[in-house]
Amino acid sequence: MSHHIIEAEDLHYKYPDGTSAIQGVSFRITHGESVAIVGENGAGKSTLLLHLNGYLLPTEGALRIGDYSLTKETLNEVHRTVGMVFQDPDDQLFMPTVFEDVAFGPMNLGFPADEIKKRVYDALETVGMLHLKDRPPFKLSAGEKRAVAIATVLSMSPNILVMDEPSSHLDPKTRRKLIALLGTFKHTKIIATHDLDMAVDLCERTLIIHKGKIAADGPTRELMQDEELLEQCSLEKPLKLQCCSLCGKVSV
Amino acid sequence: MADIGAHFIEIGLMDRLATKDTAIHRLDPRAKLLTTLVFVATVVSFGKYEVSALLSFFVYPIALIARGDIPARYILKKIILVAPFAILVGVFNPFLDREPLLTIGDWSIAGGWISLLSILVRFILTVGAALILLACTGINGVCLALEKLGVPRVFTAQLLFMYRYLFVIMEEGMRMVRAKRCRSFSKQDTGMKAFGHMLGHLLLRSLDRAQRIHSAMSCRGFDGHIPSMKQLRLTSGDVAFVAGWSGLFIIMRLYNISQLLGSFITEVIS
Amino acid sequence: MHMADALISPAVGGTMWVASAGLIGYCSKKIRTVFDDRRIPLMGVLGAFVFAAQMINFSIPGTGSSGHLGGGMLLAVLLGPHAAFLVISSVLVVQALFFADGGLLALGCNMFNLGFFPCFIAYPLVFRKIVGDKPTPVRLCIGCTAAAIIGLQLGAFGVVMETVFSDISELPFRTFALVMQPIHLAIGIVEGLVTASVVAFVWKARPEVLSAVSQSKPVGSYSIKRILIILLAVAALTGSMLSWFASSYPDGLEWAMFQTSGSEELEAPEHGIHASLASIQGSTAFLPDYGFASPESEAEEELPGQWPAIDAGTTVSGLIGGLLTLSIAVLTGYILRPRKVTP
Repeated sequence: MSHHIIEAEDLHYKYPDGTSAIQGVSFRITHGESVAIVGENGAGKSTLLLHLNGYLLPTEGALRIGDYSLTKETLNEVHRTVGMVFQDPDDQLFMPTVFEDVAFGPMNLGFPADEIKKRVYDALETVGMLHLKDRPPFKLSAGEKRAVAIATVLSMSPNILVMDEPSSHLDPKTRRKLIALLGTFKHTKIIATHDLDMAVDLCERTLIIHKGKIAADGPTRELMQDEELLEQCSLEKPLKLQCCSLCGKVSV
Repeated sequence: MADIGAHFIEIGLMDRLATKDTAIHRLDPRAKLLTTLVFVATVVSFGKYEVSALLSFFVYPIALIARGDIPARYILKKIILVAPFAILVGVFNPFLDREPLLTIGDWSIAGGWISLLSILVRFILTVGAALILLACTGINGVCLALEKLGVPRVFTAQLLFMYRYLFVIMEEGMRMVRAKRCRSFSKQDTGMKAFGHMLGHLLLRSLDRAQRIHSAMSCRGFDGHIPSMKQLRLTSGDVAFVAGWSGLFIIMRLYNISQLLGSFITEVIS
Repeated sequence: MHMADALISPAVGGTMWVASAGLIGYCSKKIRTVFDDRRIPLMGVLGAFVFAAQMINFSIPGTGSSGHLGGGMLLAVLLGPHAAFLVISSVLVVQALFFADGGLLALGCNMFNLGFFPCFIAYPLVFRKIVGDKPTPVRLCIGCTAAAIIGLQLGAFGVVMETVFSDISELPFRTFALVMQPIHLAIGIVEGLVTASVVAFVWKARPEVLSAVSQSKPVGSYSIKRILIILLAVAALTGSMLSWFASSYPDGLEWAMFQTSGSEELEAPEHGIHASLASIQGSTAFLPDYGFASPESEAEEELPGQWPAIDAGTTVSGLIGGLLTLSIAVLTGYILRPRKVTP
């Protein structure tokens, strides 16, 4: 099942204005893994994610996504393999109705009409938003928008899900629901986030990015206990791993 | 600047009306669009001193408001809001055209007053028809109709995009205006320079957004062509709607129903 | 300066519709040939931007009044004329439908006045000529201001012409023009300065956005072709307007001949149009015993037997009939109203 693998080898990226956003990043994410990418603002998370969907091509180094190495020619295959959920669902939901939005990808892939319909229904069912299918996306609440944005990606049945800040702007209960939903997905997941508690909940492995390089790569719980490392990378120990200020116990 | 919020609500309300499910809403959008165009064309084709014959045309908007379950008061309010321009251009007619045209007993009314009245009636009819079309079809329906009637896809696609992002960008603009207000204290008017910067910022944000949307689209296989799956099927009911109303408009154009009715009544009375 | 349906005649509205529809077709085709798939979201978002920008006011120094951005010129600078025309048109469509700004028949006029003039006259012939191949902040500023002023002047003139040709409003050409042009000169200056300040801001913050547009094509090679297209379009437009005018003119002439004895009214040009329109009116009036006849019918009273004199009887019957029809319409509406089903 090599098409579920992402492998970066000494990745470099320099923006046209000369800013060096990524300086030699290497990692290998295999089938079914769930990986969090964390790091302070401006560490290079977003730039890295933009590589994973082929929006940016590395200035140096190589990126393998599934069976393909990322080049201009393989973009279509990469887009089929990687489903990208953007940080702002408003950027992702651009069609007049939820149905059309979820159908956008499958239609571009050229599926027959009944197959498209089936995919849309399945995807919306999975995220529990089927009842919204005829609504215009801008009328939805933040949580609904997020769920529909995920459905737009699921409808293309990607092997790998890449998500940028999926829990941002959500109220606690909606966030909780989203985490539960993401937990049910069997895809290879890559989640860039500042929500370290979610990282603890969802991802067994974490990459910490600091100043364009990988500062640490290992099991989430271990890294999150390393206070020196976290301090160095402007991060903070997740709440659920901190001692309770009232009773002195750790919740998990 | 409170009006930006008001506009916002306004658009939302029009949208909500379009989601109702009545016999009128279920009609093919093409049928409604065509009928509206015939309506507007017949209304404006009357001579400039015509008033009485125009009155019979109210039957169309009123029937649609009733069947389409559209709040009449709301539509009227919107018409009144935009009336100033028509009034401004028409208000000189009574001064420029003083030839007496109509006499009731000892009173004579100048042609200008009649033509002003005619402008106002036309205005209510045409503007009302446009608003009602939208309220019972929705922007998506109108665009789909345009497309199926041969308007290039590039045009309708970007129109829908514009409509979609209207809300997002207006909200961004609104947030900026609010943030500015919080810091401007008693000096409430925006100078041109600050205004230019504000718009410049909003523009840059919009450009960024366009880029992000594009990347989200290309992630899902966008290659410059926006696919459309929606099909429209013209039913006999749609055809009857267009033909029936258009026929009625033409009859009302040719025969002054009000006049006929009026003469009949006066004859009966006398 | 949106034209309203109530102020235009079907001939003017129809002609402008055809002209604008043709332009939409032409621009869409043009955009497809130089296709860049970033264009569609970019056009849509910028349309939304202009819409939002129009709702933010600023105060005009020294006047106490406030203004807002029209945006036509800005779009032309950012997107190039073809895409800009489409965006302006769709802004107008949304305004017509949601805010009843303008109207459906007047859409053609509005697209032409607010889209064609800035995009296809002011942009290529003023902005590009001033800015040239190597934009500098000063040139951009002068170019934007000048182009916005000229675009708006032409647009305002379009409004005047369309209104006069339609002859629904009684305003004579000269008075209307004398009011419209100076007002729009003021608006144009403000619009130009705002456009310039926004462009200057973008130029400082993100020069690549503007240079991408200004380098898209060399000015010299295609401006001639474009001017030819514009001239053709203008010729076709005036041609169709004139032919419509001419076709109705003979009747006007006929009418004028009856009047040659002691009528000095024909001197003013608007009376010519007026007269011809009146005769169309006469020929389309199926019921000669109109209550509300046109004033020309009064003049024609001189021909005995052809037009009945205005008589109070028909007037009253017209009034009663009108009120009655209106109430019948309202009643129909009331009857048609769906009953609320109580659950």
